[in-house]
Amino acid sequence: MHAEQAAADSPRTLFDKVWQQHEILRWPQGPSLLYVDRDFVHEGAFHAFGDLKRRGLQVRCPERVVGFADHYVPTKARDIAGAATPAIAKVLQQFSDNARWSGIRAFDIGDERQGIVHVAAPELGLTQPGMVITCNDSHTSTHGALGAIAFGIGQSETTQVLATQTVWLKRPSLMRINVTGSRASGVSAKDVMLAILAQVGSAGAVGHAIEYAGSVVAAMSIEERLTLCNMSIELGGRCGMVAPDDTTFAYLFGRPFAPDGQYWDAAVAYWRTLGSDPDAVFDKEIQIDGSAIAPMVTWGTSPDAALPIDARVPDPERLSGAERATAHAALEYMGLQPNTPLTDIAIDRVFIGSCTNSRIEDLRAAAAVAAGRKAVVPAIVVPGSESVRRAAEAEGLDQVFLAAGFEWRHAGCSMCVAMNGDVVAPGERCASTSNRNFMGRQGPNARTHLMSPAMAAAAAVTGRLSDVRRLPTRKRA
Amino acid sequence: MSHFRDFRAIAAPIEGVNVDTDQIIPARFLKFDRASGYGRFLFHDLRFEMEGRERPEFILNRDPFRAARILVADENFGCGSSREGAVYALGDYGIRVVIAPRFGDIFYNNCLRNGVLPALISVVDAAALRKILHAASDPSLTVDLPSQTIRYGDGEPIAFSLDAFWRDCLLEGVDEIGLALRQMPQIEAFEQALAARRPWTASACQRRLTGEPGLGTVE
Ligand code: SF4
Repeated sequence: MHAEQAAADSPRTLFDKVWQQHEILRWPQGPSLLYVDRDFVHEGAFHAFGDLKRRGLQVRCPERVVGFADHYVPTKARDIAGAATPAIAKVLQQFSDNARWSGIRAFDIGDERQGIVHVAAPELGLTQPGMVITCNDSHTSTHGALGAIAFGIGQSETTQVLATQTVWLKRPSLMRINVTGSRASGVSAKDVMLAILAQVGSAGAVGHAIEYAGSVVAAMSIEERLTLCNMSIELGGRCGMVAPDDTTFAYLFGRPFAPDGQYWDAAVAYWRTLGSDPDAVFDKEIQIDGSAIAPMVTWGTSPDAALPIDARVPDPERLSGAERATAHAALEYMGLQPNTPLTDIAIDRVFIGSCTNSRIEDLRAAAAVAAGRKAVVPAIVVPGSESVRRAAEAEGLDQVFLAAGFEWRHAGCSMCVAMNGDVVAPGERCASTSNRNFMGRQGPNARTHLMSPAMAAAAAVTGRLSDVRRLPTRKRA
Repeated sequence: MSHFRDFRAIAAPIEGVNVDTDQIIPARFLKFDRASGYGRFLFHDLRFEMEGRERPEFILNRDPFRAARILVADENFGCGSSREGAVYALGDYGIRVVIAPRFGDIFYNNCLRNGVLPALISVVDAAALRKILHAASDPSLTVDLPSQTIRYGDGEPIAFSLDAFWRDCLLEGVDEIGLALRQMPQIEAFEQALAARRPWTASACQRRLTGEPGLGTVE
């Protein structure tokens, strides 16, 4: 038997199957040259476009590159004139100019399908199983929810993808995270991910491609899987994937850029072959009891500093070595005392949005909590895309939020990264549905607690971190 | 690139695990052109008070570490965002080598693309080096890429790991984009085979994105 044949017959993982379809060559003692089916760019790619022009190169396959304006767009206005500062307006203008110069399709500010790349691209059917997808953004891992190898790249790598449609990448090790059992009510995909982070740690998956599996994942909607894969990078993972299944195909069917009539059946037949073979071997396997997961919040400055909402702030003195020093620094930055019940922590502001949690199911979950209640702190809702915004308005969710005193904004990254002028003030404490609680992430000296949309809405109506399962009953209208 | 052969320079210890790229460069500075220089943004909010005054306790605000060209960090340095601005800031400040037990994957690649050497050593060795640097009167290290070693004074050399491919690229100043461009015949052949295998992902099928006529122009 030929070696190639043997390799094809031995059990393979989802990752292997997609990887092998894209590996053009492997350098001795080095990386592989991978073919990139699709590259997404956001405004931050102006460095790469500049590099491309300086080198006298062009975008080789404009039809394989798609742009989304998301990081710098204002969420109160829908044109560049509404940008927070002239410097931000310049970045937005450069994005439009570069799209025009290169001939790529851009979902720019003002486009009715504009949105955060990791929300808008899947909903447009641009993200498909079996693809290799890159983007100048670390949360590109999100797209793996549909069974793609999708990973974030830097500016130099973006230049290369634009010029050659390829990227150098060393084959990562493989990790499978099995979430078994079934989720209790009130427990969202975000809670599952924060529980995984608490167990695996922020560096636990460095150098690994992650596959999420198990009954909890199989039962998830695509939007929930997107939330899960989104935070693969918070585990340090190179990418995160879920095997494509009937849920995936039903989600993709009929989307604007999904394979159409002529190719649909062939595509689905191929996608069905992608799942990991039963005996496929992973370098690491992690087991998580999905039935034991409760609503989670973070208390520190790293996303793995997550605990169930009924826990208390940890006491650094009970930790050792580097962990103790890190926890001390985190508590000082966060302005928290050890052993405080998490539900005693008062918050100043709420942000519902970001590529982790700004899809229609997220907004429904938040609206279900906000309905008939009143926010007691400033709260903003930023849909992940203009399509999500319209869908929410068609269901009346905007009215629910407005009646509850939440602000209803246009699509963009907004307060997740505070690049567009939507900032958490110094010292303020924000309950946020985003993915990073890093120091300064939402603004200089801003304090971030990560949680699900329902939990963020609960925090908005109580003014504290709260267990969404134990909210006081609503007043009658 | 001389700074990879017996390169001797001041090395600053950076304490703490998971030093993310938001700490290395806050997002608000990424909108500026590289040409204006990114060195002043390095560790900005750790280095400066809100009003712009230096924070005296931060390591790079203390002599001799102010002149550091090497950093020795802890686990998962450069995790988080893919912003290459983090490496622009290091490079423009003058940092040529970052030594740590583990790096964020994207940050690691970004270093290699910008002539900043990411040197992997063990947790124990990294902790020992940081301790030495804190106490030393001359906190200099010597880094040698051909032999892949780090030395403090006359001490035993510590081996660091780096794939041979990247070592050669750094030593010879190979441009990885140029290297990829030279593979174009293979890339084109691959593309054609791909179009036959998975026609729905072929370029012709994607033309509807750019408004050109192609297969499946339905939208
Ligand atoms: S929403 Fe936040 S995490 Fe997601 S792409 Fe935008 S800035 Fe990055």
